[in-house]
Amino acid sequence: MSNEGQTPDLTGDRGFRTVRESTYRYALAGCAVLSVLTTVSIIAVLVLDAADFFSVVPIAEFLGGTRFSPNLQPRSFGVLPLILGTLLITIGAAVIALPVGLLTAIYLSEYATQRTRSILKPMLEVLAGVPTVVYGYFAIVYITPALNVALDWLNSTLGLGLPNLGLFNGLSASIVVGIMIIPMVSSISEDAMSSVPDSLRQAGYGLGATKFNVSLRIVVPAAVSGIASSFILAISRAIGETMAVVLAAGSQPPDIPTVQSAFGIPYVAPGDLLGLYTESSATMTVAMIDIASGDISGGSTAYKSLFAIGLTLFVITLAMNVVSDVVASRYREEYE
Amino acid sequence: MTTEDMATETEAQDEADEDSLISTDPGKGGLDENADRGGVTSGKTIIHSRDLDVFYGETQALQHIDLEIPENQVTAMIGPSGCGKSTFLRCINRMNDLIDIARVEGELSFKGKNVYDDDVDPVALRRRIGMVFQHPNPFPKSIYDNVAYGLRTQDKTDDMDAVIEESLKKAALWDEVKDRLDESALDLSGGQQQRLCIARAIAVDPEVVLMDEPASALDPIATSQIEDLIEELSEEYTVVIVTHNMQQAARISDKTAVFLTGGELVEFDDTDKIFENPDSQRVEDYITGKFG
Repeated sequence: MSNEGQTPDLTGDRGFRTVRESTYRYALAGCAVLSVLTTVSIIAVLVLDAADFFSVVPIAEFLGGTRFSPNLQPRSFGVLPLILGTLLITIGAAVIALPVGLLTAIYLSEYATQRTRSILKPMLEVLAGVPTVVYGYFAIVYITPALNVALDWLNSTLGLGLPNLGLFNGLSASIVVGIMIIPMVSSISEDAMSSVPDSLRQAGYGLGATKFNVSLRIVVPAAVSGIASSFILAISRAIGETMAVVLAAGSQPPDIPTVQSAFGIPYVAPGDLLGLYTESSATMTVAMIDIASGDISGGSTAYKSLFAIGLTLFVITLAMNVVSDVVASRYREEYE
Repeated sequence: MTTEDMATETEAQDEADEDSLISTDPGKGGLDENADRGGVTSGKTIIHSRDLDVFYGETQALQHIDLEIPENQVTAMIGPSGCGKSTFLRCINRMNDLIDIARVEGELSFKGKNVYDDDVDPVALRRRIGMVFQHPNPFPKSIYDNVAYGLRTQDKTDDMDAVIEESLKKAALWDEVKDRLDESALDLSGGQQQRLCIARAIAVDPEVVLMDEPASALDPIATSQIEDLIEELSEEYTVVIVTHNMQQAARISDKTAVFLTGGELVEFDDTDKIFENPDSQRVEDYITGKFG
């Protein structure tokens, strides 16, 4: 059967299909543009309103000021106490979450049986799904009182003079934020470790290495970029966490500790620094909530300071994301 | 198998005759019971399996394996895919322990000690029986650190630079990498990576080196380098090698064990005997390419 000389009809329902296909294309592109536009307008609003704020309060005073009091006279808009509060909570949370999360990941990836893993992983993910406000209440009604009991016990049995925790304190906030971000660390790190090829483990065992040695010296280094990413993402999350922190740590920014000097080197006494954890420790996000939920008028300086703090937070988080990207591409996982 | 392959194989047998002479080392082998023809030393037995069975779940992977592997010789395990030759290799240093469903019955002794006894620590065993795998698997670390890993793990860090240099020399890799020891091992070619893996295995001074198809992922030139290396290694180490490639077994090994489907050891003898005049018809059929 040949139909030479007769070109086949290949037009199909071309016209209609072209229209349909381009509709899909624009609809999909529209969705992508929507999120980009939102991001761009948020940045624009932040920058414009922050610029407005900086025309009233000089940028040096904002970044260098050691007192934050947007509503009470004398007003002062130094962001340092808020950055300190954020640092306290973030470092406290990281000290808890990074080791625990990493060790959990090592357990899940290297030690747990298939069965254990299939039970533990979903449970950890539930931990990630608990509303943060619940964590906040958990800190107030359970962790802080429990810590105070522990401190009293330490003081009475060991004769230490440790201070008790206030109702709102940075320590319990750090602990709950730390617990909150453990699943993030463990889940992403575990994924990275699970994708380390088995041949590398076998090579290690073949050389007479123990399981712990293989996990620590072969699997963890091979998965280091994924682990680093998990750390950075978790820290970003801790920096941005608000609800649990406002409940647990209160809305009073920490006092900037006295800087002492020894042989010309400035330092802060470790006791002073740790002492900050016993008191209220508002972070940048908490201060923003506090201002926004307070009785302030639209055009006031306090209102505008929201955007300046927001911009500062945005810059910090953006920097963390950039670092995360650099780390991920620099130490990209290559095994073969 | 094509006729061309058959021809290559005959050549390989000729080579094997010469090779077996070279790799004979009476001083190391201990005993001088040379067979007239091939000159293969039947040395002291270092690994001895008696009635060894291995199961993966319900499936039996090895059946009643009795095998004596001589010291300081190259023993090859050949056979079709799924015949259990790799399984046997992994029994020797208990790598099968890492597979949950694997179960070993019977006895496999290393220098007279059953490695499946309760008091045997697989980690200690593997420190004396090294392994090289099918695909080159260097760690994503520097060349230096790859060789150093085993030494550090086993606390053999005295004079480490010298040991690493010597191991790389033994693995015929030193000249190619001496100026870039701190570069990533992943930048090496496949053949170099495999020689690095061999250097890594021998750096910790094992008595036996197990090789699981060490050249199957390599090109012909890299393969022949690895083969030369294996022959040299047998002067100092006992080498047990699994290979798919019958010519390779004929070229480099002193003894050959033929496994056939079902996990059965059909014949174990001097390599020349296996390739020239096997006792079993099934082995002859396999060797000549009638199946497998």
